[in-house]
Amino acid sequence: MPLTRRQMAVRAARSITAGAVAGTIWYQLLRSQATAHASMLRPPGALDEQDFLGRCIKCGNCVSDCPFDTLKLARLGRENTPGTPFYEARQEPCHMCTDIPCIKSCPTGALDPELQNINESKMGLAEINEETCLAYLGLRCEICYRVCPKIGKAVTLRYRSQERTGKHAFLEPVIHQDECTGCGMCEHACPTDEASVRVLPRSLVFGSFGRHYRLGWEDRGVITRDFEPGAGTPAAVPGSREKALNTLNRGGKLYD
Amino acid sequence: MTENNGNDVPREAPAKILWGMRYLLARRMTQIGILFLFSGALLWDWRVLRGNLSASWLFEAIPLADPFAVLQIFFAGQSLEGDVLWGVLIVILFYALVGGRVFCSWVCPMNMVTDLAAWTRRKLNIRSAYQLNRSLRWVAMFTALVLSGLTGVAAFEWISPVSGLHRELVFGLGIGWTAVFGIFLFDLLLVRHGWCGHLCPLGVFYSLLGVFRLPRIRFDADSCDQCGQCHRICPEPHVLNLSELRAAGRVNSRDCTNCLRCTTLCPQDSLALGLVNPLPDLQQIETKEVS
Amino acid sequence: MSVSRRSFMKTSVATSAALAVGITVPEQLAAQAAKSGVDKDIQWDKSVCRFCGVGCGIMIGTSKNRVVAVKGDPECPVNRGLNCVKGYFNAKIMYGDDRITQPLLRKKNGKFDKQGDFVPVSWDEAFDVMEAKFKQYYRELGPTGIAVAGSGQYTVDEGYAAVKLVKAGWRSNNIDPNARHCMASAVAAFMKTFGIDEPPGCYDDIELTDAVVLWGANMAECHPILWSRVTNRRLTAEHVKVINLSPWTNRCTDLADDELIFKPNTDLAIWNAVAKYLVDNDKVNWDFVNKHTVFKDGPTDIGYGLRASHPLEKVAKDRKKAGGGKLIDFATFRKHLEPYTFEYVSELSGVPVKQLEDLAKLYADPERKIISFWTMGMNQHTRGTWVNTQAYMVHLLTGKISMPGNGAFSLTGQPSACGTAREVGTFAHRLPADMVVKNKKHRDISEKLWKLPAGTLNPKPGSPYLTMLRDLEDEKIKFYWVQVCNPFQNTANLNHWLKAAREKDNFIVVSDPYPTISAQVADLILPSAMLYEKWGAYGNAERRIQHWREQVSPPGEAKGDLWHVMEFSKRFTLKEVWTPELIQAGSQQFGYHADMTLYELLYATPEAKKFQWPDPIAQGHANHIAEETGFFVHKYLWEEYRQFGLGKAHDLASFDTYHKVRGLRWPVVNGKETQWRFKEGYDPYVDPGKGFDFYGNRGKKGMDGKAVIWFRPFAEPPESPDADYPFWLSTGRVLEHWHSGSMTMRVPELYRAVTNALLYMHPADAEKQGLKRHDLAVIESRRGTVKAYVETEGRNKPPQGLVFVPWFDTRVLINKVTLDATCPISKQTDFKKCAVKVYKA
Repeated sequence: MPLTRRQMAVRAARSITAGAVAGTIWYQLLRSQATAHASMLRPPGALDEQDFLGRCIKCGNCVSDCPFDTLKLARLGRENTPGTPFYEARQEPCHMCTDIPCIKSCPTGALDPELQNINESKMGLAEINEETCLAYLGLRCEICYRVCPKIGKAVTLRYRSQERTGKHAFLEPVIHQDECTGCGMCEHACPTDEASVRVLPRSLVFGSFGRHYRLGWEDRGVITRDFEPGAGTPAAVPGSREKALNTLNRGGKLYD
Repeated sequence: MTENNGNDVPREAPAKILWGMRYLLARRMTQIGILFLFSGALLWDWRVLRGNLSASWLFEAIPLADPFAVLQIFFAGQSLEGDVLWGVLIVILFYALVGGRVFCSWVCPMNMVTDLAAWTRRKLNIRSAYQLNRSLRWVAMFTALVLSGLTGVAAFEWISPVSGLHRELVFGLGIGWTAVFGIFLFDLLLVRHGWCGHLCPLGVFYSLLGVFRLPRIRFDADSCDQCGQCHRICPEPHVLNLSELRAAGRVNSRDCTNCLRCTTLCPQDSLALGLVNPLPDLQQIETKEVS
Repeated sequence: MSVSRRSFMKTSVATSAALAVGITVPEQLAAQAAKSGVDKDIQWDKSVCRFCGVGCGIMIGTSKNRVVAVKGDPECPVNRGLNCVKGYFNAKIMYGDDRITQPLLRKKNGKFDKQGDFVPVSWDEAFDVMEAKFKQYYRELGPTGIAVAGSGQYTVDEGYAAVKLVKAGWRSNNIDPNARHCMASAVAAFMKTFGIDEPPGCYDDIELTDAVVLWGANMAECHPILWSRVTNRRLTAEHVKVINLSPWTNRCTDLADDELIFKPNTDLAIWNAVAKYLVDNDKVNWDFVNKHTVFKDGPTDIGYGLRASHPLEKVAKDRKKAGGGKLIDFATFRKHLEPYTFEYVSELSGVPVKQLEDLAKLYADPERKIISFWTMGMNQHTRGTWVNTQAYMVHLLTGKISMPGNGAFSLTGQPSACGTAREVGTFAHRLPADMVVKNKKHRDISEKLWKLPAGTLNPKPGSPYLTMLRDLEDEKIKFYWVQVCNPFQNTANLNHWLKAAREKDNFIVVSDPYPTISAQVADLILPSAMLYEKWGAYGNAERRIQHWREQVSPPGEAKGDLWHVMEFSKRFTLKEVWTPELIQAGSQQFGYHADMTLYELLYATPEAKKFQWPDPIAQGHANHIAEETGFFVHKYLWEEYRQFGLGKAHDLASFDTYHKVRGLRWPVVNGKETQWRFKEGYDPYVDPGKGFDFYGNRGKKGMDGKAVIWFRPFAEPPESPDADYPFWLSTGRVLEHWHSGSMTMRVPELYRAVTNALLYMHPADAEKQGLKRHDLAVIESRRGTVKAYVETEGRNKPPQGLVFVPWFDTRVLINKVTLDATCPISKQTDFKKCAVKVYKA
């Protein structure tokens, strides 16, 4: 039965609307996932979250090659970014295989094959809760320190005197963000009921102070000899003249 | 699960029924076998197939990769190299020879779900609530590529029930089952062959690979009595357009999945599997019967 | 990634879990303390940590007859409220899933059968079978055919009761503690140097010293709270130095100012190099040395404590008189030291001359107070007694001993190695208060206190801990009762003993709360109550005795080991174990009769019954043993036991006193504890004007009241790496696990923190053997093999040529590999040195 023009127009409009709605939902779903902050620990060598999500083909080869069953695939409805590999340090940390089988199994380069030395991986960054960490309370625990595969580098002990007892010391584990790989051995081994050291995606923990500042006691106060004035380079001019004028001229009434 | 149409098929000897189901059994065995091999890699460390349908290793040496997934990743702005491209090439060559949509009926795990929906629908005699245009899947495919470009992630891969179900089965994961069940209900209650025949962008992508396929359904116009059984069973019934069949003497539509159900069902044996030589004039392809 | 490695790893992890017989892999338990809810429902009482020799005080919190909470005791001077992570988990050690709560006997067809499976039986049946087997073997072999393996983790009363039963009741001396593996060399050296056991100083030395030198003591892991004190001292006084001498880099190095990595066994030479420096550079404290010391040397070709048939023993001509010695003059002593130049010792030990010299100068500096700490590195040594006496040699030469901040301090490993094993004398040659069975006077004193007719005590020392197992293999011992220890995991050359236990003619009883390896090879298992389920006392490394009350009831039918011993003693009448002459003498002197039981003789005496239960000191706490006996047996045993030491510089306070204080360091005279012994002003036994008095040697020929400076030479170990077995193997502990892991491996958090005993090795060695981190490797010696995962990056960093494996893990029974060579004097096994090869599994 041939359709009337009107019917065809309605049908077309209906399809376009349905399609547009579906497409928009699809788009929003992807946006919400693909631009989300990194929230999971990724296998060693994983690219930046955005690139990683773009590249990961969700084949699970890294998961099946992980000898410690550390890596898991995210599940629909349970974790973000379903189908992508991740691990939960408290359940099973990355044991930092020296041959990095997960990277070798990745077909797309979502796990960067350039990473040769597992100790240089940056899967996450550990952070200590100083209120519940037994060592910070003065107990001799420091399990995180002793189980760290980069003991003495990624975690070191800071010694402090305990005034309360007058004769004991605090042996406090300190995480070093440039060395910590985020493998999660510390979180896995932490003996408190809820782990007092957690490994999070690096972007959530990593800190840096102003790039203009140097630590005086590390650089020492050496004065540059044979100073070379920047002759020829015009003096740096910040901002704009208007801003100063605006402040001066439109500053409002200064007194009652 | 049986593929019998139910209505007016006389009772037959079990051996004959089994023989009639030979392609169906072969397909199920292939589908399940592939899943089993993938699972075996995870559970028992088999070295046959490792990974999943998105990308995998065959015998630890031959890379395989889903060309559509890779295409999306490419659209998402990621340049790929190495193993995964070889994998794509191997997969493309394979499906170019056997027919792109062979993936749908012989490999894809969703096929078992949608076939079950179709079978139930036939048994319960449920009519479609809606008609959808089969070209929608083209829209879906192009939308997937466009959205991949817009969002920087492989758009279909993020929602695909195909790879989702596969991961569920191989890796044993979360609530992906609900999405699959949703598609089952959609196929069962709303649209006949709704997912595979109308929406799935992966299927339509694979159909592009089927243009030069060698195995095709041979049609013998003389014996055909136009009983229409093939139409009722076929998930893509438009490929059995009678005038086109008469003209070509075989099924040429790239939408044909080579599921071969029609060949066992045809009371006159007018439909059978044949191989073509794709190189000479495409319009004058010699057909040759196998077995 | 080779797939085979992956599959290997996965299956081996699975199998190792399955192989962990005795270890129910702990699930994460819901925190019981949290469940039991509000803190106001928790009742608190003081107690002591179950684990190491530091002896931290802890408070136990109970609710509804369950230990639900624990805290460090802020009043205890040792730890001031702190704990290590093991101590933190004291509340959980009693609640492992596989706690044994009923006697278990091997049975087939309804009766005992050595090849049968364990089935639960009643206490009556357990004791019936045990009695029959005991009497069968006792009749066959006499008092040397039965043996008790005791412990440095016995409570004082348990150790004392066991000694009484074995020595006074059975007239055997076959009781020897696991402390033989731990402190025997220290004991022997104390006796040889001072004539009295245990350290002169105390932990307070740490806060007063100017230098701490560690000799084979991984204090950072094995004495955690003391290490915290050492750290604080180092931190708060800039001039303080910490030096770590060890055959591998351990966690002490992190704090240390200098680390001396020496080749195993060369500590003998290093001590002599220090002494030679002192002598050559006139750094000897002559005033002290002349007044308070004598010089001695001893036989040198003393063998290695191996079986007499071993080729090394056949050629050792001083084997029979290993413990001997003779007085020498200083010139001879000096001559002995001649060879030990820094250059020679540097070559021998691998320690650079400069470091040796710095070390010697540290000891030599008259302005610097110094403590040497050592533990198993020097005790578990085929020349353990020697190297211990060498420490005293250096400290005596400089006079830096027995003074605040100056001391040579042998740290104990076990919580009551001092308090029970040593002071009570649960050794095969000992009696309480440092007395020995060989000495007639000592036997007389003991017989008098125990109300035994003269001649009851057997003068011939029994078999030491390791020898007992050799005797078991030789079927010289056929009844073997294991109490509070795990000989079938902790003894070297284990394959022999495991096999002997199961295949030789014998009957093995194990009293334990958990199915340990020893329980697995036993014939009868008696369920024990654990620390906080009974009354008890421990004595730590600084002579501090701490008592506690029963906090909760033992589960099921479990009972304290004291009850096991006493209950079994009811099965013996005097006529079964004593000669008619003895019985007659006993009857004349004390009114004993032939049908009197050992229980009546040893425990339920008329004196004992004067100690009534209940007693106000209990403050409401139960006592599952006293409630059954009807009298306060713990108090009776304590009060009787302390008679041995009163007036003999071993004075202990009364039972009630200890329940009012946080421990006291003996000798406790006039209610006052003693921090520094042998030093005037601190030790009540030193007469005014004497300065120092090493009264342990009072009345001894040629050394009246003087300490002995021994010369001991360097000696080669019995087994060194060679082409076939190219690595040294050392074993030891990790902070997270206690001994054989029977308790800490059942604490889920500790199990998770350190799940496997790892093979620590140098990365270059690993590479040479084709191994990498996480690979499963075979460690093989001439005696056996075990497998462990390789760790090249971990907490212990051995130099090339040495590997380290901890021994807590039942799946890595490293003692199958170790060598059962001992110090011939102390009979303590050397677990730190044997030759192994390591290859990929």
